[in-house]
Amino acid sequence: MTPLIETKGLTLAYHGNVVLRDVNFALMPGEIVTIVGPNGSGKSSLMRSLIGALRPLTGKVTRQKGLKIGYVPQSLTIDGTLPLTVTRFLNLPYKRPAADVAAALRAAGVPTVADRQMIGLSGGQFQRVLLARALLDKPDVLILDEATQGLDQPGAASFYHQIEDVRRRTGCAVLMVSHDLHVVMAASDRVLCINGHVCCEGAPEIVASAPEYRALFGTGTQGALALYRHEHSHSHGPDCDHGHDEAAE
Amino acid sequence: MLDDFMVRAALAGLGVAIAAAPLGCFVVWRRMAYIGDATAHAAILGVALALAFGVSIFAGVLLIALCVAVLLTTLSGRSLGSDALLGVIAHSGLALGLVSVSFLPNTRVDLMGYLVGDILAVSRVDLMVIWSGAALVLGFVLWRWQALLATTLSPDMAQAAGLTPKKEQLVLTVALAVTVAVAIKVVGALLIAALLIIPAAAARPISRTPESMALMATLTGACAALGGLTLSFAFDTPTGPTIVTVAAAIFTLTQSFSIISGRN
Repeated sequence: MTPLIETKGLTLAYHGNVVLRDVNFALMPGEIVTIVGPNGSGKSSLMRSLIGALRPLTGKVTRQKGLKIGYVPQSLTIDGTLPLTVTRFLNLPYKRPAADVAAALRAAGVPTVADRQMIGLSGGQFQRVLLARALLDKPDVLILDEATQGLDQPGAASFYHQIEDVRRRTGCAVLMVSHDLHVVMAASDRVLCINGHVCCEGAPEIVASAPEYRALFGTGTQGALALYRHEHSHSHGPDCDHGHDEAAE
Repeated sequence: MLDDFMVRAALAGLGVAIAAAPLGCFVVWRRMAYIGDATAHAAILGVALALAFGVSIFAGVLLIALCVAVLLTTLSGRSLGSDALLGVIAHSGLALGLVSVSFLPNTRVDLMGYLVGDILAVSRVDLMVIWSGAALVLGFVLWRWQALLATTLSPDMAQAAGLTPKKEQLVLTVALAVTVAVAIKVVGALLIAALLIIPAAAARPISRTPESMALMATLTGACAALGGLTLSFAFDTPTGPTIVTVAAAIFTLTQSFSIISGRN
């Protein structure tokens, strides 16, 4: 099987500073890969070079011929001066058949927002519309750059379930960058931990227990996967008296 | 029909309004109002150069407007903020233009005419230049409409979809320069930016899609041009400023409408 995207000796610079060096990475069809790393580790630069928005300083990015990329950006600030319905947004930059638009909104879990204004959507709805937009091209690979940044934890978890659902149905590969380690890693086949270079990579369990990973994220995320499972093992009702947040005190 | 100066003035105003309104929407959406303003102010330097070298005003203004717009686009976001760059480039251009004009021998230049426009003195040739320029701008904007919108939303997303954001930016820059060049005769350097921005701003509260906003902006611009011309004739007021005043009145109306009806 040939990789969808492959980098060889990739080194990236941002404003003249080298932010990431010597990355050898291959994304295979159908797999979910997560890139984790602290702020300034070069995650977003790596993403941008993979979609071709950032030219490598040295090294090479090879994309499979005719590869279709669905890109879900970190966030998208829509200026309040720009009136834009969801449907109109999904028809940019190319006009789509109405049936495709409806199908993409359904697949992304927001079938009813077609006529709403983009700036009137909630954070979760907004990210799902961005996902729907990426799905319109029937991509071979979905790339998500901190796609859940504005969402709370249940919102993020539900968003990642949607991603897994999309992968199951379409078979596309997924490459994502995130801080939400404990949520995101559980959904991944493979994790790449970077900080200016690739620190370690492998299955989520292996990376989570690697010393390089521990060194980067400290003990706070020790047992990140366990935390993830723990959070879904029980739920608090609205009148529960032992809340985890200060608002409940 | 074109023998009547009022008819020529009306056609000139309409031409500029129709070209400026859709372009003005992009100026508003991309928050680049300052570029329009700076380009227009520096255009006075273009007037001076054109008079000095004996070329047409249109050519001189177009050249300087292009230079300034490209300069602003490439320099902004580097070491100086765009507001500071505006201060440097626009006002240096304006000042340099005013100084250069005073050096011109044997020419009594009516600078006021270029600062606030002289739509009633539009000739047949001017009219041809204005409509060619307007058609060019409108054609450019319509042709690249989807790509321009996508780039405005997110350069990265446009890039991922196979577009070249830099190229789209260039299209806007050129269109802006052409608009400034054809509008200087109609409303003058000081008020060109108003013709770009006010119709778009007036259209915003009553629009749900980018297309309806561009259309409403065009209607607003056309009403302002014709209404302003009529009023300036009736009350003997300067025409360019009257056109902008009518546009401002429409802006006030739609804003009030949106506040009263509780939208946005």
